[in-house]
Amino acid sequence: MTDAHAAVERIYREEYGRVVASLVRRFGDIDIAEEAAGEALLVALERWPADGVPPNPGGWLTTTAGNCAIDRIRRESHRHAKHQAALMLEDDTPHEPTGIVEDDRLRLIFTCCHPALAPEARVALTLRLLGGLTVPEIAQAFLVPETTMAQRITRAKKKIAAAKIPYRVPAAEDLTARLGGVLAVVYLVFNEGYLASSGQHSIREDLTGEAIRLGRILRDLMPEQPEVAGLLALMLLTEARRPSRVDDRGELVPLRDQDRGGWDRALVAEGHDLVRECLVRGRPGPYQLLAAINAVHTDAPDASATDWEQIATLYDQLYAVAPSPVVALNRAVAVAELDGPEVALAEVDRLDLTTYHAWHATRADLLRRLGRSDEARAAYDAAIETSGNTAERAYLARRRGSLAP
Amino acid sequence: MPQYMLSVHHGAGDDALPTDQAVIEKMFADVGAFNERAQAAGIWVFAGGLEPIETATTVDNRGAEAIVTDGPFAESKEWLGGFWIFELPDLDAALTWAADGSKACGGRVEVRPFQSE
Repeated sequence: MTDAHAAVERIYREEYGRVVASLVRRFGDIDIAEEAAGEALLVALERWPADGVPPNPGGWLTTTAGNCAIDRIRRESHRHAKHQAALMLEDDTPHEPTGIVEDDRLRLIFTCCHPALAPEARVALTLRLLGGLTVPEIAQAFLVPETTMAQRITRAKKKIAAAKIPYRVPAAEDLTARLGGVLAVVYLVFNEGYLASSGQHSIREDLTGEAIRLGRILRDLMPEQPEVAGLLALMLLTEARRPSRVDDRGELVPLRDQDRGGWDRALVAEGHDLVRECLVRGRPGPYQLLAAINAVHTDAPDASATDWEQIATLYDQLYAVAPSPVVALNRAVAVAELDGPEVALAEVDRLDLTTYHAWHATRADLLRRLGRSDEARAAYDAAIETSGNTAERAYLARRRGSLAP
Repeated sequence: MPQYMLSVHHGAGDDALPTDQAVIEKMFADVGAFNERAQAAGIWVFAGGLEPIETATTVDNRGAEAIVTDGPFAESKEWLGGFWIFELPDLDAALTWAADGSKACGGRVEVRPFQSE
């Protein structure tokens, strides 16, 4: 591929969500929108390298794709009466009096993340239609065969059309609940990338960047929603630490041992700004609290300077809005720093998390600190067995090996 | 305007029909109120409750002659107890009505769109 072609494809990918979203509104049909966007890419690949990139490439692509769609519908209208009807479709969505930002991409993401679709289909559709990833890319990222992923996306699109899943931003009274579903999809994409083991899965790691891009789009579209800012901040502060998270041997480096000089300072600063903005707003939610906890960690120049009191308080607040044993487990880690490993272990042992690798790993570390080597060894074994991440397993195996006899 | 079938399925365990008379009476009252609201909203197409599954008869006329059998076409742990057919603008509206219908009849409600062509 030539540089000119690569440049066209980069712009195309950047504008894809906007183009498709606008065409879905106009033609009322996701397949028509995708086909037309694909045809517009071919035209761009032919013209841009010769004529130069137009001043408003997104607008150019939308107009060109719209013309392609109309041509196609006219060509095929004798065969597909339904498509002809689509030509006459008008946008009859009433104006939102609540002041919610009108953007086609926002409608599209609420359609893609509709609760009537299977969770894995929501993720795939969002990456395909908003992120502009190809079906093979998504299949590779989620480690499923391409045909499986193609079927998953096709089935979801059929359901959207047949069951008439609406193409609109939910009304204000449903927005919080439905937004939670959208944010969960974006965070799931992020974690798929973040938890992928290093090296051989670069497409999976690209998912963190994709999730952050979606997070930024949501932030632009819904600047008034504090949980949107909270999720973006959480992702930025987590991504910032990535360079120090795995060492040269492919072994996981826990937060307290990470080289803080290797953290991405620009991402940390951006994340901290968002957390401060959330604090001013004073409407905390789970993502904002997780972001705030990460902000406390990234604020400490070294691990010993961590404000564990603050972290324990934030986990208390998080437990109040999202009570789960995983939150209690993370709180216990802070308790170990404040009140010692014995108190923390008592809290950890009360939790019913025996299938969760982090529970075993936390127990192992607390038992190690208490000098109970035999029990620690058994806990490391259980942690290694339940962890699916090679970098983490390598770290746990080394810790197990360094236990006192 | 699309039509949706909101169907109520009964079965053993959680989905068993109530036997307590007071519970049954309240269910009838709640479903009656729900039906009136749907009719007033202008979305009503049709609705009905079915007699128990023991009353089912199956007819198979795919072969040379019609074969009549006592019982449902397939032994199943769940069966259709009743349904509503409503005319609604989109799935979100159908899901909202289904939530109220589920509350009224005390059962799980399956929402399916009718074919449009």
